[in-house]
Amino acid sequence: MSSTAWKKTPLYGEHVRLGARMVPFGGWLMPVHYSGIVDEHHSVRNAVGMFDISHMGQFIVSGTGACDWLDTMLTNKVAKLDVGQGQYTFLLNNNGGVIDDLIVYRTGDAEFLLVVNAAKVEEDFVWLEDHNVGQVSNLPSAKNRSADFGGVAIQGPRVVGLFHELLGQNVELPARNCIRDFVIENMPVSVSRTGYTGEDGVEVFFRANDAAKFWNLVLERGKKNGAKPCGLGARDTLRLEMCYPLNGSDLSAERNPIEAGLGFFVDLEKRQFTGRDKLLETKTNGARERLVAFKMNGKGPPPRPHYALFSNGNRVGEITSGTLSPSLNIGIGMGYVSAGSAKIGTPLEVEIRGQKFPATIEKKPLYKKQS
Amino acid sequence: MNVPDDLLYTRSHEWIRREGEKIRVGITDHAQAELTDVVFVELPKVGAQVEAQAAIAVVESVKAASDIYAPVKGTVVEANDALSNNPALINTDPFGEGWIFALKIDNPDDLKNLQSAQTYKDQIG
Repeated sequence: MSSTAWKKTPLYGEHVRLGARMVPFGGWLMPVHYSGIVDEHHSVRNAVGMFDISHMGQFIVSGTGACDWLDTMLTNKVAKLDVGQGQYTFLLNNNGGVIDDLIVYRTGDAEFLLVVNAAKVEEDFVWLEDHNVGQVSNLPSAKNRSADFGGVAIQGPRVVGLFHELLGQNVELPARNCIRDFVIENMPVSVSRTGYTGEDGVEVFFRANDAAKFWNLVLERGKKNGAKPCGLGARDTLRLEMCYPLNGSDLSAERNPIEAGLGFFVDLEKRQFTGRDKLLETKTNGARERLVAFKMNGKGPPPRPHYALFSNGNRVGEITSGTLSPSLNIGIGMGYVSAGSAKIGTPLEVEIRGQKFPATIEKKPLYKKQS
Repeated sequence: MNVPDDLLYTRSHEWIRREGEKIRVGITDHAQAELTDVVFVELPKVGAQVEAQAAIAVVESVKAASDIYAPVKGTVVEANDALSNNPALINTDPFGEGWIFALKIDNPDDLKNLQSAQTYKDQIG
Protein backbone atom coordinates (compact mmCIF):
# COMPACT_ATOMS: atom_id res chain seq x y z
CA MET A 1 0.00 0.00 0.00
CA SER A 2 1.48 3.39 -0.91
CA SER A 3 1.47 6.12 1.71
CA THR A 4 -1.28 8.00 -0.13
CA ALA A 5 -3.65 5.11 0.58
CA TRP A 6 -3.52 5.60 4.36
CA LYS A 7 -6.48 7.39 5.83
CA LYS A 8 -5.89 10.55 7.85
CA THR A 9 -7.88 11.59 10.90
CA PRO A 10 -9.22 15.17 11.17
CA LEU A 11 -6.30 15.78 13.59
CA TYR A 12 -3.59 14.75 11.11
CA GLY A 13 -2.49 18.36 10.53
CA GLU A 14 -2.14 18.97 14.28
CA HIS A 15 0.05 15.89 14.70
CA VAL A 16 2.36 16.96 11.91
CA ARG A 17 2.52 20.52 13.27
CA LEU A 18 3.49 19.12 16.70
CA GLY A 19 6.31 17.07 15.17
CA ALA A 20 4.78 13.64 15.77
CA ARG A 21 6.32 10.60 14.17
CA MET A 22 3.50 9.16 12.04
CA VAL A 23 3.06 5.44 11.38
CA PRO A 24 0.41 3.33 9.63
CA PHE A 25 -2.00 1.64 12.05
CA GLY A 26 -5.20 -0.20 11.17
CA GLY A 27 -5.34 1.53 7.79
CA TRP A 28 -4.72 4.99 9.28
CA LEU A 29 -1.69 7.24 9.54
CA MET A 30 -1.39 7.81 13.29
CA PRO A 31 1.09 9.48 15.67
CA VAL A 32 3.30 6.93 17.46
CA HIS A 33 4.95 9.58 19.62
CA TYR A 34 5.64 13.30 20.00
CA SER A 35 8.13 13.85 22.85
CA GLY A 36 8.91 10.13 23.28
CA ILE A 37 7.00 7.04 24.39
CA VAL A 38 8.42 6.91 27.93
CA ASP A 39 7.87 10.63 28.58
CA GLU A 40 4.28 10.45 27.31
CA HIS A 41 3.65 7.30 29.35
CA HIS A 42 4.72 9.05 32.55
CA SER A 43 2.61 12.11 31.67
CA VAL A 44 -0.49 9.92 31.68
CA ARG A 45 0.47 8.12 34.90
CA ASN A 46 1.34 11.39 36.71
CA ALA A 47 -0.60 14.24 35.04
CA VAL A 48 -2.76 14.00 31.93
CA GLY A 49 -2.28 13.10 28.27
CA MET A 50 -4.45 13.33 25.15
CA PHE A 51 -4.63 10.70 22.39
CA ASP A 52 -6.25 10.96 18.97
CA ILE A 53 -8.80 8.14 18.74
CA SER A 54 -10.60 9.52 15.68
CA HIS A 55 -9.62 6.37 13.79
CA MET A 56 -11.99 4.33 15.94
CA GLY A 57 -15.39 3.57 14.47
CA GLN A 58 -18.83 4.72 15.67
CA PHE A 59 -22.06 2.93 14.82
CA ILE A 60 -25.50 4.09 15.84
CA VAL A 61 -28.03 1.30 16.30
CA SER A 62 -31.60 2.40 16.88
CA GLY A 63 -35.19 1.24 16.65
CA THR A 64 -37.61 -0.59 18.94
CA GLY A 65 -35.88 -3.94 18.57
CA ALA A 66 -32.36 -2.53 18.98
CA CYS A 67 -31.73 -3.71 22.54
CA ASP A 68 -32.93 -7.29 21.99
CA TRP A 69 -31.07 -7.56 18.73
CA LEU A 70 -27.77 -6.27 20.17
CA ASP A 71 -28.14 -8.78 22.98
CA THR A 72 -28.04 -11.56 20.38
CA MET A 73 -24.96 -10.00 18.73
CA LEU A 74 -22.85 -9.08 21.79
CA THR A 75 -21.58 -11.10 24.77
CA ASN A 76 -22.35 -8.71 27.66
CA LYS A 77 -25.93 -7.96 28.69
CA VAL A 78 -27.03 -4.84 26.81
CA ALA A 79 -30.48 -4.88 28.47
CA LYS A 80 -29.00 -4.03 31.86
CA LEU A 81 -27.69 -0.67 30.62
CA ASP A 82 -29.60 2.41 31.71
CA VAL A 83 -29.67 5.39 29.37
CA GLY A 84 -26.24 7.05 29.63
CA GLN A 85 -24.40 3.87 30.65
CA GLY A 86 -21.87 1.87 28.68
CA GLN A 87 -20.16 -1.51 28.90
CA TYR A 88 -17.18 -3.36 27.44
CA THR A 89 -18.29 -6.29 25.28
CA PHE A 90 -17.36 -8.63 22.43
CA LEU A 91 -18.67 -9.26 18.93
CA LEU A 92 -18.03 -12.96 18.23
CA ASN A 93 -18.10 -15.20 15.18
CA ASN A 94 -20.08 -18.46 15.14
CA ASN A 95 -17.13 -20.29 16.61
CA GLY A 96 -16.88 -17.95 19.61
CA GLY A 97 -13.78 -16.26 18.18
CA VAL A 98 -13.41 -12.51 18.65
CA ILE A 99 -14.34 -10.34 15.67
CA ASP A 100 -13.96 -7.22 17.80
CA ASP A 101 -13.93 -5.89 21.34
CA LEU A 102 -15.91 -2.68 21.75
CA ILE A 103 -17.87 -0.43 24.06
CA VAL A 104 -21.63 -0.14 23.69
CA TYR A 105 -23.41 2.88 25.20
CA ARG A 106 -27.14 3.25 25.64
CA THR A 107 -27.74 6.79 24.41
CA GLY A 108 -31.54 6.54 24.43
CA ASP A 109 -34.28 4.07 25.27
CA ALA A 110 -33.88 2.41 21.89
CA GLU A 111 -30.64 4.02 20.72
CA PHE A 112 -27.10 2.69 21.14
CA LEU A 113 -23.61 3.92 20.26
CA LEU A 114 -20.98 1.29 19.48
CA VAL A 115 -17.32 2.35 19.56
CA VAL A 116 -15.24 -0.19 17.63
CA ASN A 117 -11.63 -0.73 16.61
CA ALA A 118 -10.32 1.19 13.58
CA ALA A 119 -9.13 -1.84 11.63
CA LYS A 120 -12.47 -3.60 12.18
CA VAL A 121 -15.01 -0.94 11.18
CA GLU A 122 -15.93 -2.49 7.82
CA GLU A 123 -15.85 -6.10 9.04
CA ASP A 124 -17.97 -5.34 12.13
CA PHE A 125 -20.51 -3.35 10.17
CA VAL A 126 -20.92 -5.96 7.44
CA TRP A 127 -21.29 -8.66 10.12
CA LEU A 128 -23.96 -6.67 11.93
CA GLU A 129 -25.89 -5.86 8.75
CA ASP A 130 -25.75 -9.48 7.59
CA HIS A 131 -27.17 -10.61 10.91
CA ASN A 132 -29.88 -7.97 11.14
CA VAL A 133 -32.48 -10.08 9.40
CA GLY A 134 -35.83 -10.95 10.75
CA GLN A 135 -34.68 -12.10 14.17
CA VAL A 136 -36.74 -9.47 15.91
CA SER A 137 -40.07 -8.06 14.90
CA ASN A 138 -38.91 -4.47 14.52
CA LEU A 139 -35.73 -4.41 12.50
CA PRO A 140 -33.35 -1.88 14.05
CA SER A 141 -31.31 0.40 11.82
CA ALA A 142 -27.53 0.36 12.05
CA LYS A 143 -25.63 3.37 10.74
CA ASN A 144 -21.86 3.62 10.30
CA ARG A 145 -21.09 7.21 11.41
CA SER A 146 -17.32 6.71 11.72
CA ALA A 147 -16.44 9.37 9.17
CA ASP A 148 -18.60 12.05 10.84
CA PHE A 149 -16.92 11.92 14.25
CA GLY A 150 -13.51 12.69 15.61
CA GLY A 151 -12.47 11.63 19.07
CA VAL A 152 -9.78 11.94 21.72
CA ALA A 153 -8.99 10.04 24.89
CA ILE A 154 -7.92 12.33 27.75
CA GLN A 155 -6.32 10.20 30.43
CA GLY A 156 -4.52 10.74 33.71
CA PRO A 157 -5.05 11.67 37.36
CA ARG A 158 -5.47 15.36 36.49
CA VAL A 159 -8.32 14.87 34.01
CA VAL A 160 -10.92 16.26 36.41
CA GLY A 161 -8.86 19.43 36.95
CA LEU A 162 -8.50 19.79 33.20
CA PHE A 163 -12.25 19.46 32.67
CA HIS A 164 -12.93 22.11 35.28
CA GLU A 165 -10.74 24.42 33.18
CA LEU A 166 -12.88 23.58 30.14
CA LEU A 167 -16.36 23.51 31.65
CA GLY A 168 -16.25 25.41 34.94
CA GLN A 169 -15.48 24.32 38.50
CA ASN A 170 -18.97 23.09 39.34
CA VAL A 171 -19.39 20.76 36.36
CA GLU A 172 -19.12 17.09 37.18
CA LEU A 173 -17.82 14.50 34.77
CA PRO A 174 -20.05 11.49 34.08
CA ALA A 175 -19.57 8.51 36.43
CA ARG A 176 -17.35 5.59 35.40
CA ASN A 177 -18.56 3.94 32.14
CA CYS A 178 -21.22 6.61 31.67
CA ILE A 179 -21.61 8.99 28.74
CA ARG A 180 -23.09 12.51 28.69
CA ASP A 181 -23.38 15.35 26.21
CA PHE A 182 -21.84 18.77 26.84
CA VAL A 183 -21.32 21.91 24.84
CA ILE A 184 -17.79 23.29 25.04
CA GLU A 185 -17.12 26.61 23.25
CA ASN A 186 -20.12 25.97 20.98
CA MET A 187 -18.93 22.48 20.16
CA PRO A 188 -21.38 19.68 20.98
CA VAL A 189 -19.36 16.81 22.48
CA SER A 190 -20.13 13.41 24.02
CA VAL A 191 -17.97 12.62 27.04
CA SER A 192 -17.64 9.09 28.38
CA ARG A 193 -15.73 8.19 31.53
CA THR A 194 -13.61 5.35 30.22
CA GLY A 195 -10.23 4.61 28.74
CA TYR A 196 -7.46 2.20 27.89
CA THR A 197 -4.72 3.31 30.27
CA GLY A 198 -5.77 2.32 33.79
CA GLU A 199 -5.93 5.98 34.84
CA ASP A 200 -9.01 8.07 35.46
CA GLY A 201 -10.00 9.49 32.12
CA VAL A 202 -12.54 10.22 29.43
CA GLU A 203 -13.09 9.61 25.77
CA VAL A 204 -14.61 12.57 23.97
CA PHE A 205 -16.36 12.43 20.61
CA PHE A 206 -17.09 15.50 18.51
CA ARG A 207 -17.98 16.48 14.96
CA ALA A 208 -15.02 15.89 12.64
CA ASN A 209 -15.15 19.61 11.74
CA ASP A 210 -14.52 20.57 15.37
CA ALA A 211 -11.57 18.22 15.85
CA ALA A 212 -8.66 20.66 15.52
CA LYS A 213 -10.44 23.34 17.56
CA PHE A 214 -11.21 20.92 20.40
CA TRP A 215 -7.69 19.42 20.38
CA ASN A 216 -6.02 22.82 20.61
CA LEU A 217 -8.45 24.05 23.26
CA VAL A 218 -7.55 21.09 25.49
CA LEU A 219 -3.80 21.57 25.01
CA GLU A 220 -4.11 25.32 25.71
CA ARG A 221 -6.41 25.10 28.76
CA GLY A 222 -4.70 21.93 29.97
CA LYS A 223 -1.26 23.50 30.32
CA LYS A 224 -1.78 24.15 34.03
CA ASN A 225 -2.46 20.44 34.53
CA GLY A 226 0.48 19.33 32.40
CA ALA A 227 -1.59 18.10 29.45
CA LYS A 228 0.51 16.62 26.66
CA PRO A 229 -0.27 15.04 23.29
CA CYS A 230 0.44 11.29 23.42
CA GLY A 231 0.80 8.71 20.68
CA LEU A 232 0.05 5.07 20.04
CA GLY A 233 3.38 4.01 21.55
CA ALA A 234 2.44 5.20 25.04
CA ARG A 235 -1.13 3.97 24.54
CA ASP A 236 0.30 0.49 24.03
CA THR A 237 2.66 0.50 27.05
CA LEU A 238 -0.09 1.92 29.29
CA ARG A 239 -2.70 -0.63 28.25
CA LEU A 240 -0.25 -3.53 28.48
CA GLU A 241 0.69 -2.63 32.07
CA MET A 242 -3.05 -2.95 32.79
CA CYS A 243 -3.31 -6.19 30.72
CA TYR A 244 -6.05 -4.68 28.56
CA PRO A 245 -6.14 -6.77 25.37
CA LEU A 246 -5.34 -5.42 21.91
CA ASN A 247 -7.50 -6.93 19.16
CA GLY A 248 -5.34 -8.46 16.45
CA SER A 249 -2.63 -9.29 18.99
CA ASP A 250 -4.13 -10.67 22.22
CA LEU A 251 -7.54 -11.27 20.66
CA SER A 252 -8.31 -12.85 17.30
CA ALA A 253 -10.90 -14.81 15.38
CA GLU A 254 -9.23 -18.01 16.66
CA ARG A 255 -9.43 -17.08 20.36
CA ASN A 256 -12.51 -16.71 22.52
CA PRO A 257 -13.02 -14.39 25.51
CA ILE A 258 -12.92 -17.29 28.01
CA GLU A 259 -9.43 -18.31 26.82
CA ALA A 260 -8.44 -14.64 27.06
CA GLY A 261 -9.55 -14.53 30.70
CA LEU A 262 -12.30 -12.02 29.88
CA GLY A 263 -15.32 -14.09 30.89
CA PHE A 264 -16.44 -11.20 33.11
CA PHE A 265 -17.70 -9.47 29.95
CA VAL A 266 -19.67 -12.50 28.78
CA ASP A 267 -23.16 -13.18 30.11
CA LEU A 268 -23.80 -16.89 29.64
CA GLU A 269 -27.17 -16.48 31.38
CA LYS A 270 -28.44 -14.89 28.19
CA ARG A 271 -30.25 -17.61 26.30
CA GLN A 272 -28.86 -16.79 22.91
CA PHE A 273 -26.01 -14.81 21.39
CA THR A 274 -23.58 -15.60 18.57
CA GLY A 275 -20.76 -17.82 19.82
CA ARG A 276 -22.53 -18.79 23.05
CA ASP A 277 -22.42 -22.59 22.48
CA LYS A 278 -18.67 -22.55 21.98
CA LEU A 279 -18.09 -20.38 25.07
CA LEU A 280 -20.25 -22.69 27.16
CA GLU A 281 -18.20 -25.64 25.91
CA THR A 282 -14.91 -23.89 26.75
CA LYS A 283 -16.24 -22.95 30.16
CA THR A 284 -17.40 -26.53 30.86
CA ASN A 285 -14.36 -28.38 29.51
CA GLY A 286 -11.77 -25.76 30.39
CA ALA A 287 -9.68 -23.78 27.90
CA ARG A 288 -6.80 -25.61 26.24
CA GLU A 289 -4.71 -22.44 26.35
CA ARG A 290 -5.01 -19.29 28.43
CA LEU A 291 -3.86 -15.71 28.01
CA VAL A 292 -1.45 -15.01 30.87
CA ALA A 293 0.47 -11.94 31.96
CA PHE A 294 4.13 -12.22 32.88
CA LYS A 295 7.05 -10.16 34.13
CA MET A 296 10.70 -10.77 33.31
CA ASN A 297 12.67 -11.76 36.42
CA GLY A 298 15.56 -9.42 35.74
CA LYS A 299 17.05 -6.94 33.34
CA GLY A 300 17.41 -8.10 29.76
CA PRO A 301 16.02 -7.51 26.31
CA PRO A 302 12.30 -6.63 26.34
CA PRO A 303 9.88 -9.43 25.40
CA ARG A 304 8.17 -8.94 22.00
CA PRO A 305 5.20 -10.45 20.16
CA HIS A 306 5.81 -13.96 18.70
CA TYR A 307 8.75 -14.85 20.97
CA ALA A 308 8.35 -18.44 22.20
CA LEU A 309 7.48 -19.22 25.83
CA PHE A 310 8.88 -22.27 27.62
CA SER A 311 8.09 -24.00 30.90
CA ASN A 312 10.38 -26.74 32.26
CA GLY A 313 12.15 -26.81 28.92
CA ASN A 314 8.95 -27.42 26.91
CA ARG A 315 7.49 -24.92 24.53
CA VAL A 316 4.12 -23.93 26.01
CA GLY A 317 3.10 -20.91 23.98
CA GLU A 318 3.93 -17.62 22.34
CA ILE A 319 3.92 -13.93 23.31
CA THR A 320 1.08 -11.81 21.89
CA SER A 321 2.12 -8.45 23.42
CA GLY A 322 5.39 -7.42 25.04
CA THR A 323 7.36 -4.33 25.92
CA LEU A 324 9.54 -2.72 28.52
CA SER A 325 7.18 -1.34 31.15
CA PRO A 326 8.04 2.33 31.71
CA SER A 327 6.30 2.29 35.13
CA LEU A 328 7.92 -0.91 36.42
CA ASN A 329 11.16 -0.57 34.44
CA ILE A 330 11.16 -4.27 33.57
CA GLY A 331 10.04 -6.39 30.62
CA ILE A 332 6.35 -7.36 30.66
CA GLY A 333 4.01 -9.17 28.32
CA MET A 334 1.04 -11.39 27.68
CA GLY A 335 0.77 -14.63 25.75
CA TYR A 336 -1.28 -17.78 25.34
CA VAL A 337 0.19 -20.80 27.16
CA SER A 338 -1.09 -24.36 27.73
CA ALA A 339 -3.63 -24.40 30.55
CA GLY A 340 -1.31 -26.63 32.62
CA SER A 341 1.34 -23.90 32.65
CA ALA A 342 -0.99 -20.94 33.15
CA LYS A 343 -1.12 -20.66 36.94
CA ILE A 344 0.02 -17.48 38.65
CA GLY A 345 3.57 -17.92 39.90
CA THR A 346 4.56 -20.41 37.18
CA PRO A 347 8.15 -19.83 36.05
CA LEU A 348 8.49 -19.31 32.28
CA GLU A 349 11.38 -18.77 29.94
CA VAL A 350 11.25 -16.37 27.01
CA GLU A 351 13.39 -17.23 24.02
CA ILE A 352 15.03 -14.12 22.62
CA ARG A 353 17.47 -14.50 19.71
CA GLY A 354 18.27 -18.08 20.71
CA GLN A 355 18.82 -17.33 24.40
CA LYS A 356 16.35 -18.05 27.21
CA PHE A 357 15.46 -15.43 29.81
CA PRO A 358 13.47 -16.23 33.00
CA ALA A 359 10.03 -14.73 33.62
CA THR A 360 7.12 -15.41 35.99
CA ILE A 361 3.36 -15.51 35.40
CA GLU A 362 1.78 -12.68 37.41
CA LYS A 363 -1.67 -11.65 38.44
CA LYS A 364 -3.42 -9.13 36.12
CA PRO A 365 -3.06 -6.17 36.08
CA LEU A 366 0.73 -5.99 36.09
CA TYR A 367 0.68 -2.37 37.24
CA LYS A 368 -1.20 -1.11 40.27
CA LYS A 369 -1.44 2.52 41.23
CA GLN A 370 0.42 3.39 44.44
CA SER A 371 -1.64 5.67 46.62
CA MET B 1 19.85 16.89 13.03
CA ASN B 2 23.50 16.59 14.03
CA VAL B 3 25.71 14.91 11.37
CA PRO B 4 29.40 15.49 12.26
CA ASP B 5 31.57 16.13 9.19
CA ASP B 6 34.54 14.10 10.41
CA LEU B 7 32.70 10.76 10.49
CA LEU B 8 31.74 8.17 7.88
CA TYR B 9 28.22 6.72 7.63
CA THR B 10 26.33 3.65 6.46
CA ARG B 11 22.95 3.58 4.77
CA SER B 12 21.70 1.67 7.84
CA HIS B 13 22.44 4.72 10.07
CA GLU B 14 25.70 3.65 11.75
CA TRP B 15 28.46 6.24 12.14
CA ILE B 16 32.16 5.26 11.89
CA ARG B 17 35.10 7.10 13.48
CA ARG B 18 38.56 6.13 12.23
CA GLU B 19 41.10 5.68 15.07
CA GLY B 20 44.29 4.39 13.41
CA GLU B 21 43.83 0.67 12.70
CA LYS B 22 40.53 0.58 14.44
CA ILE B 23 37.10 2.10 13.90
CA ARG B 24 34.57 3.07 16.54
CA VAL B 25 30.89 2.58 15.64
CA GLY B 26 27.58 3.87 16.92
CA ILE B 27 24.19 4.92 15.57
CA THR B 28 23.47 8.41 14.32
CA ASP B 29 21.51 11.18 16.01
CA HIS B 30 18.85 10.70 13.33
CA ALA B 31 18.60 6.97 14.12
CA GLN B 32 18.30 7.50 17.88
CA ALA B 33 15.61 10.15 17.34
CA GLU B 34 13.64 7.72 15.17
CA LEU B 35 13.99 4.88 17.69
CA THR B 36 13.44 7.08 20.78
CA ASP B 37 14.07 5.73 24.30
CA VAL B 38 16.68 3.01 23.94
CA VAL B 39 16.03 0.48 26.73
CA PHE B 40 18.41 -2.37 25.92
CA VAL B 41 21.59 -2.94 23.93
CA GLU B 42 22.98 -6.35 23.03
CA LEU B 43 26.72 -5.93 22.50
CA PRO B 44 28.99 -8.03 20.28
CA LYS B 45 31.58 -10.29 21.96
CA VAL B 46 35.10 -8.87 22.07
CA GLY B 47 37.30 -11.06 19.92
CA ALA B 48 34.55 -11.99 17.45
CA GLN B 49 35.52 -11.88 13.79
CA VAL B 50 32.79 -10.25 11.77
CA GLU B 51 31.95 -9.83 8.11
CA ALA B 52 30.83 -6.58 6.53
CA GLN B 53 27.03 -6.06 6.88
CA ALA B 54 26.74 -8.82 9.51
CA ALA B 55 24.19 -8.03 12.24
CA ILE B 56 26.40 -8.02 15.34
CA ALA B 57 24.52 -5.90 17.90
CA VAL B 58 20.90 -5.09 18.73
CA VAL B 59 19.49 -1.78 19.94
CA GLU B 60 16.03 -2.06 21.46
CA SER B 61 13.67 0.84 22.03
CA VAL B 62 10.33 0.52 23.81
CA LYS B 63 8.72 -0.15 20.45
CA ALA B 64 11.12 -2.33 18.50
CA ALA B 65 14.42 -4.22 18.20
CA SER B 66 16.87 -2.97 15.53
CA ASP B 67 19.94 -4.80 14.27
CA ILE B 68 23.25 -2.94 14.15
CA TYR B 69 25.60 -3.99 11.36
CA ALA B 70 29.38 -4.26 11.11
CA PRO B 71 30.25 -1.56 8.55
CA VAL B 72 33.31 -3.51 7.30
CA LYS B 73 35.10 -6.81 7.92
CA GLY B 74 37.18 -6.99 11.08
CA THR B 75 37.57 -8.13 14.68
CA VAL B 76 35.62 -6.73 17.61
CA VAL B 77 38.19 -5.20 19.99
CA GLU B 78 35.92 -3.16 22.30
CA ALA B 79 32.26 -3.17 23.34
CA ASN B 80 30.72 -0.32 25.30
CA ASP B 81 29.78 -1.99 28.59
CA ALA B 82 28.45 1.34 29.91
CA LEU B 83 25.40 0.75 27.70
CA SER B 84 24.44 -2.35 29.72
CA ASN B 85 23.57 -0.17 32.69
CA ASN B 86 22.67 2.96 30.81
CA PRO B 87 21.36 2.22 27.31
CA ALA B 88 19.94 5.76 27.14
CA LEU B 89 23.49 7.04 26.47
CA ILE B 90 22.63 6.27 22.83
CA ASN B 91 19.88 8.91 23.05
CA THR B 92 21.75 11.51 25.07
CA ASP B 93 25.18 11.30 23.38
CA PRO B 94 24.93 9.19 20.20
CA PHE B 95 28.32 10.26 18.78
CA GLY B 96 30.19 10.14 22.12
CA GLU B 97 29.39 8.12 25.24
CA GLY B 98 26.78 6.22 23.23
CA TRP B 99 29.30 4.43 20.94
CA ILE B 100 28.52 0.71 20.65
CA PHE B 101 31.64 -1.19 19.58
CA ALA B 102 35.12 -0.84 18.06
CA LEU B 103 36.54 -3.03 15.28
CA LYS B 104 40.12 -3.67 14.23
CA ILE B 105 39.67 -3.55 10.49
CA ASP B 106 41.14 -6.09 8.08
CA ASN B 107 41.53 -3.77 5.12
CA PRO B 108 41.44 0.04 5.31
CA ASP B 109 40.32 0.13 1.65
CA ASP B 110 36.97 -1.27 2.79
CA LEU B 111 36.19 2.14 4.31
CA LYS B 112 35.95 3.59 0.80
CA ASN B 113 32.54 1.95 0.48
CA LEU B 114 31.11 4.10 3.28
CA GLN B 115 29.27 7.41 2.88
CA SER B 116 30.51 10.91 3.64
CA ALA B 117 28.59 13.20 6.02
CA GLN B 118 27.20 15.08 3.02
CA THR B 119 25.90 11.92 1.32
CA TYR B 120 24.33 10.76 4.58
CA LYS B 121 22.67 14.17 5.06
CA ASP B 122 21.16 13.82 1.60
CA GLN B 123 19.97 10.31 2.47
CA ILE B 124 18.05 11.37 5.57
CA GLY B 125 16.80 14.53 3.87
